[in-house]
Amino acid sequence: MNNKAHTPLFHVSRRAALPWYGAWGIRAAALIIALLACALITNLITGLNPLEVYATIWQGSFGSARRTWVLFQNIAMLLCVSLAITPAFRMRCWNLGGDGQMLIGCLATTACMILLGGKLPNGVVILCMFVSSVLAGAIWAAIPAFFKAKWNTNETLFTLMMNYIATQLVAYYIIIWEVPKGAGKIGIINQSTQAGWLPQIGSYKYLLNILIVAVVCVLMYVYLNYSKHGYEIAVVGESERTARYVGIKVDRVIIRTMFLSGAVCGLAGMLLVGGTEHTLTTTITSGRGFTAVMVSWLAKFNPIWMILTSFLLVFLERGAGQIATSFGLSASYADILTGLILFFIIGSEFFINYQIKFRHAAGKED
Amino acid sequence: MSLDNKTAAVEMRNITKRFGPVLANDRVWLDIYRGEILALLGENGSGKTTLMNMLSGIYFPDEGSISIDGKEVVIRSPKDAFDLGIGMIHQHFKLVDVLTAAENIVLGLDGKLDLKAASKKIREICDAYGFEVDPDQKIYDMSVSQKQTVEIVKVLYRGADILILDEPTAVLTPQETDRLFAVLRNMRDAGKAIVIITHKMHEVESLSDRVAILRHGQFIGDMPTRKTNAQEMTNMMVGHAVKLNIDRPEPVNPKKRIEVRDLTVRSIDGILKLDNVSFDAFSGEILGIAGISGCGQKELLEAIAGLQPVEGGSITYIEDDGSREELIGKDPLSIAEMGVSLSFVPEDRLGMGLVGNMDLADNMMLRSFRKGHSLFTDRRTPKELAEAVVQDLEVSTPGISTPVRRLSGGNVQKVLVGREISSAPTVLLTAYAVRGLDINSSYTIYDLINKQKAEGVAVIYVGEDLDVLLELADRILVLCGGKVSGIVPGCGASKRDVGLMMTKLGGKLDE
Repeated sequence: MNNKAHTPLFHVSRRAALPWYGAWGIRAAALIIALLACALITNLITGLNPLEVYATIWQGSFGSARRTWVLFQNIAMLLCVSLAITPAFRMRCWNLGGDGQMLIGCLATTACMILLGGKLPNGVVILCMFVSSVLAGAIWAAIPAFFKAKWNTNETLFTLMMNYIATQLVAYYIIIWEVPKGAGKIGIINQSTQAGWLPQIGSYKYLLNILIVAVVCVLMYVYLNYSKHGYEIAVVGESERTARYVGIKVDRVIIRTMFLSGAVCGLAGMLLVGGTEHTLTTTITSGRGFTAVMVSWLAKFNPIWMILTSFLLVFLERGAGQIATSFGLSASYADILTGLILFFIIGSEFFINYQIKFRHAAGKED
Repeated sequence: MSLDNKTAAVEMRNITKRFGPVLANDRVWLDIYRGEILALLGENGSGKTTLMNMLSGIYFPDEGSISIDGKEVVIRSPKDAFDLGIGMIHQHFKLVDVLTAAENIVLGLDGKLDLKAASKKIREICDAYGFEVDPDQKIYDMSVSQKQTVEIVKVLYRGADILILDEPTAVLTPQETDRLFAVLRNMRDAGKAIVIITHKMHEVESLSDRVAILRHGQFIGDMPTRKTNAQEMTNMMVGHAVKLNIDRPEPVNPKKRIEVRDLTVRSIDGILKLDNVSFDAFSGEILGIAGISGCGQKELLEAIAGLQPVEGGSITYIEDDGSREELIGKDPLSIAEMGVSLSFVPEDRLGMGLVGNMDLADNMMLRSFRKGHSLFTDRRTPKELAEAVVQDLEVSTPGISTPVRRLSGGNVQKVLVGREISSAPTVLLTAYAVRGLDINSSYTIYDLINKQKAEGVAVIYVGEDLDVLLELADRILVLCGGKVSGIVPGCGASKRDVGLMMTKLGGKLDE
């Protein structure tokens, strides 16, 4: 019949909620398709054997014990910042200042290490580092929160601006504390005394950081999902009017939550400086405050899933660096692959929420 | 059928639409004729809007066929629908606020942008049917009814001669409704086919030529309006006989519970919303509040609930033992902490009363989550409450872990009312408790309110349907422009008098 030619080839309709294995099946399929697409493109453009490229990516993360430790350390740091910004994100308060809050935490840690190291017992120095970095990050986040709560300023712009201030402050103090004079950098702090260095567990340099972040992850999960505060955050995020209607003090929740968000960012800064880097640069955070946004979104603000998404992002980044050195490819090429893979993974969300019905299939059903 | 001699403008045959496991439309047959106003009736969730969305190209049917003027067509998009002369006016307007009426109307049309010519054509359309639209007025300056008019003109401008209106009167005042109906009759007489989705029986009876009834996604029947009546239509919609009158038991042992004196409220922009309002509300009594929308009803309830800053006056809560508590200056939390059990069913159910994205159990927690000294929320009690509400109020939901926004309007309201009365309140404030609800759900809500009254709750009921107010309320406080126009007993008051008091201070006294 004439009409058949007009029936659309397919139409899109909303799915009923998928069971969890269905959703994860789709995501896994997206990852496989992404890898195939990347393989094809790699082969066409560079003529390299894609399997070798993938093997190298794998090598980048798991090639040696050291690389594996670095991988987990990087995951821990990224996860820590992601966990930090998540309470704010659940409240629909877009804290893009994770980088600055972490950096200011780094600065506070550095200050304690330089100014107090050797003058106080090491345990006290570390305690001071902890308190000051957490407070510094918290205050850095609470300032925009206060303005948002009182005058409804835009937290996205405000927190972004706070990042620049943090960077400039760090640049300023690097010049003050530079070693040697005129070097323009701090170098390793207290290299001989190791004052203010976080203790190592056995011979594993990174293990302490990883364990601390794991604990933070579980705590954050419980806080967000089971505590009264977590419930308030969810209600404020969904609807401020509903929150006021049931007597939640919205201003207070916004400031409190951002304070917490900044505090965990500050903690991440301390772990980074005190735990592994033992120095301070303006780029020490490696933009983790921004990557964390992606980690948090991809995991739908669920701290446990964030372990997976931060793993994915760090794994891709490490692999990208590795193929750049092994094959002499530009590092940008690795970024292209990372971008492609993320495109497929994020795109798969569409197929989790919607289904496509094809012409013949639509007719046959039932 | 008497209309057999006409050809149907639209024939829908065996239309089926599924949303996941939910069968929204099940082999529906429907004919729409030109020169006729068809009222499409059905309870909430019976598939009326879904069916009309398929006609206007928003959804695509899983099965079935649609013919326009006898010719089978495929409607893939709203544009296809427009090309076939089908236009739908949705409940939620789809207009760009910062543009003018004319700009909104030509938005998205092909061809050269000529606003002058457009304005001229708009004026012609308005003259032809009796609309009042200023093509150069910005949307943000318009009232709800003006925006609706723009939507209708937009559809006519695009040449639609099959018009679908989804609950067009839900947001209109009685006067605006009358004007809309006059226009719709003009359009019918000009030979257009008109479908109106509504819950209000008296509108069906006064406006439509024919009614078609859906129930649980199935087509139940159609008939000329003059050959049926509200009772029959309701029974067909619900599927069993429904009693269409509201009980009004005598208040038992009424005691003064809320005393409002000289309450004055200004909005943020400084507009006087309530002007020296004074009244008392008694336990075991339903105090109805009548008034044209925007006359201060919302501010009144929110002031009592502690959500609205107040300029002057007092709101006193009086306990059984005669002790008095001032409510002004307290927020909802401190009111609750004083031990005043005050429940509030706000007008905006999903934007204020409930959280749409949370499930039933989590919504039950909204009021009670602070209880106890634990840092953690108690999840079991709200779950049990949710299950009890679902069972007692017959909420139709897949389960208590379904987000409430997925429920139909009536069920959303049952969840909200269920939660609010679960705390055994002494004062119950309700705003437009049955707006958008079908008959069956409305009567469930009336029953619930009456039960609260019987338990000695002081109920303040803001309503828009005067017929219901007159049947349900023991006393009616009429607001007019933020002032008390009068307080009349519900029993014996006439609709005409109350209507007059709504538009003119003191109403008949001035006559």
